[in-house]
Amino acid sequence: MATTDNSQSRKVMTQEPLKRRTLLKALIGIPVLGVFAFELIKKYTYDQEKKSRLIKELGLENLPVPTILKSNKGSKSDLIRVGIIGYGSRAASHANGLGFIHPATVEASAKNDGLKDWFAQEDLNVAITGICDVFDLHAEKGLATARNTVRAGGAEPSTLPVKRYRTYEEMLNDKEIDAVMIATPDHHHAPISIAAAQAGKHIYCEKAPVHTEDQIMPLYETIKNSKITYQLGHQITQSPIFQQAKDIIKRDILGKITLVETTTNRNSADGAWIRHLDSNGNPKPGDEKTIDWAQWLGHAPKVPFSIDRFYNWTKFFDYDIGLLGQLFTHEYDAVNQLLNIGIPKSVVSSGGIYYWKDNRDMADTLHCVFEYPDRDLTLLYSAMLANSRSRGRFFMGHDGSMDLGGSINISVDASSTKYKKQIEAGIIDPSGPMVSFNPNSGKVDAVSSATEKYYAARGLTTTSINGIQVDITYLHIKEWIDCIRSGKTPSANIEMAFQEAVTCIMAHKSYVEKRRVEWDPVNRKIV
Amino acid sequence: MKDIEKYKSSEKFVLVTLRMLIGWHILYEGFAKLLIPNWTSASFLKESQWILKGFSEWIISSPGVLNAVDFLNTWGLILIGLGLILGLFTRIASISGAILLFVYYLNNPPLIGLEYSVPAEGSYLVVSKTLIESMALVVLAVFPSGYFAGLDILVEKYLNRNK
Repeated sequence: MATTDNSQSRKVMTQEPLKRRTLLKALIGIPVLGVFAFELIKKYTYDQEKKSRLIKELGLENLPVPTILKSNKGSKSDLIRVGIIGYGSRAASHANGLGFIHPATVEASAKNDGLKDWFAQEDLNVAITGICDVFDLHAEKGLATARNTVRAGGAEPSTLPVKRYRTYEEMLNDKEIDAVMIATPDHHHAPISIAAAQAGKHIYCEKAPVHTEDQIMPLYETIKNSKITYQLGHQITQSPIFQQAKDIIKRDILGKITLVETTTNRNSADGAWIRHLDSNGNPKPGDEKTIDWAQWLGHAPKVPFSIDRFYNWTKFFDYDIGLLGQLFTHEYDAVNQLLNIGIPKSVVSSGGIYYWKDNRDMADTLHCVFEYPDRDLTLLYSAMLANSRSRGRFFMGHDGSMDLGGSINISVDASSTKYKKQIEAGIIDPSGPMVSFNPNSGKVDAVSSATEKYYAARGLTTTSINGIQVDITYLHIKEWIDCIRSGKTPSANIEMAFQEAVTCIMAHKSYVEKRRVEWDPVNRKIV
Repeated sequence: MKDIEKYKSSEKFVLVTLRMLIGWHILYEGFAKLLIPNWTSASFLKESQWILKGFSEWIISSPGVLNAVDFLNTWGLILIGLGLILGLFTRIASISGAILLFVYYLNNPPLIGLEYSVPAEGSYLVVSKTLIESMALVVLAVFPSGYFAGLDILVEKYLNRNK
């Protein structure tokens, strides 16, 4: 080998006593490392100061760090027995939130450890004891889930029997049910909610709260005069960053907010509610023998059985109000929870069926303008089902804007009055997002590098609390269960549901009647 | 290989300087990851294209593996950086660094037809700075400079004590 000479000469060198000069050569890296350490500390201090100065200038210090409060589960005897009405895909998520899961899901997730976070979910001390669905296949899925011995949060398998009810009336009449979760098509939401409240059952109802104008007051008054706990299904606001957003609004970081822009951006058949085919393109199961069609229709106009209507009911105004009921409800609730805007003075809607030219009633492109003159505020909703470019959810104030999605991004406006000095001094750069709250890190972070800015802008983040990925639907259900036990009022309560119902029905009326619709606050009527 | 004792002082100087510069860079890359709260390689691995795409996806898919990779990457960088600056186990540090950088390169090589959503901070065609730095470490491994300027002198002395 060529190294023989080499190592011999080294050997000669190393067998001599260590000379002072050689020692210096050996330690040549030490001063370099010293300079490195000095620079590293300088850089770290500079970054920390810059960050804290920016956060301080924006008044964002001491934002609360999200935590999950431990539930007061009560004793074993305080078990809450839940019945689920309508067991489709949404109800399966509800069951997961309650701490129950279908055996097939457990099997499918076993390989990739996909249920790790679900297992970490706290046990809510509940049992699913009733399933009501007009479709045998769906009901059986619900029963299998409720009876599964695999539970979240180390809970013991429920020992209570699980019963299938043929009608929701039958379930509501049963004394063995304490609370119901309603996840049927929208036209059933209000009638079942009213009946459930009259039967003294606590209610978790999927959005939208109502389907028609004449359901609003009866629902509101029945729930209001009952002692039950009502929660509307709007999980977005349970995301930990919502608390941060609330604080940002409270501290007036953005200045006077005069425009809120909310959007829907989807571009797929599934996103346009065409859902009667499975992933292989074959029709999903279901026929008149296995589906109680008359009950499914309920008070809706009598039509012959249709698999299209059964799976794609969102397309038809007989069963819901399209984008407004399905997606604007979430947007509205998010804005209302933050700004308490309530019912608008007027609404103008406009749109059409421009891309998904099937038999649908619902618009696939829809724009609604909600005016709040008393608040000097316009709420805009722009929905699009044929292009998925992300347009965010923006709160726009004179001094800055907040993009509130999976993460929060705040940009300071170049013409801001409040931050004029800081912009001139170069402390604040109005050209990009300045501060972002990323639920992964659990703290406020000043955005520095181009890459970080890019990822923050794209919202490539997942929600986590204390390092655990948390399902926000679970948090919303947990709030409901906690309120049932404590008698407190949950966030998506009947007042919020009422305001949402009126606002959505106003927008729908404006679209259908092609006119500007107003709210008469004295007579509490849509005019 | 040229006998290290026969290197001209200018040759020694450039080899040691190159080693210090790369060591400094790699050491800071390691510390930067340590200092960013909750830093993770997930976003980098998500962008992975070409032959390591499947491997990167496997890493991201499991939180345990991802944590291990993040830990090894951060501390690997710090140890390689220290090795290069101090001239300690120079050859091992150089080779490990070359391999690590080459893996980075293979995750997002600037080949024609591969599109990345994060723009590169330079203009590249096939060859990137990462590839060049990796090759520079190969050079440092072939011409190890720790034996005449670095703690490797002491290591050698210790190892040859009883010979």
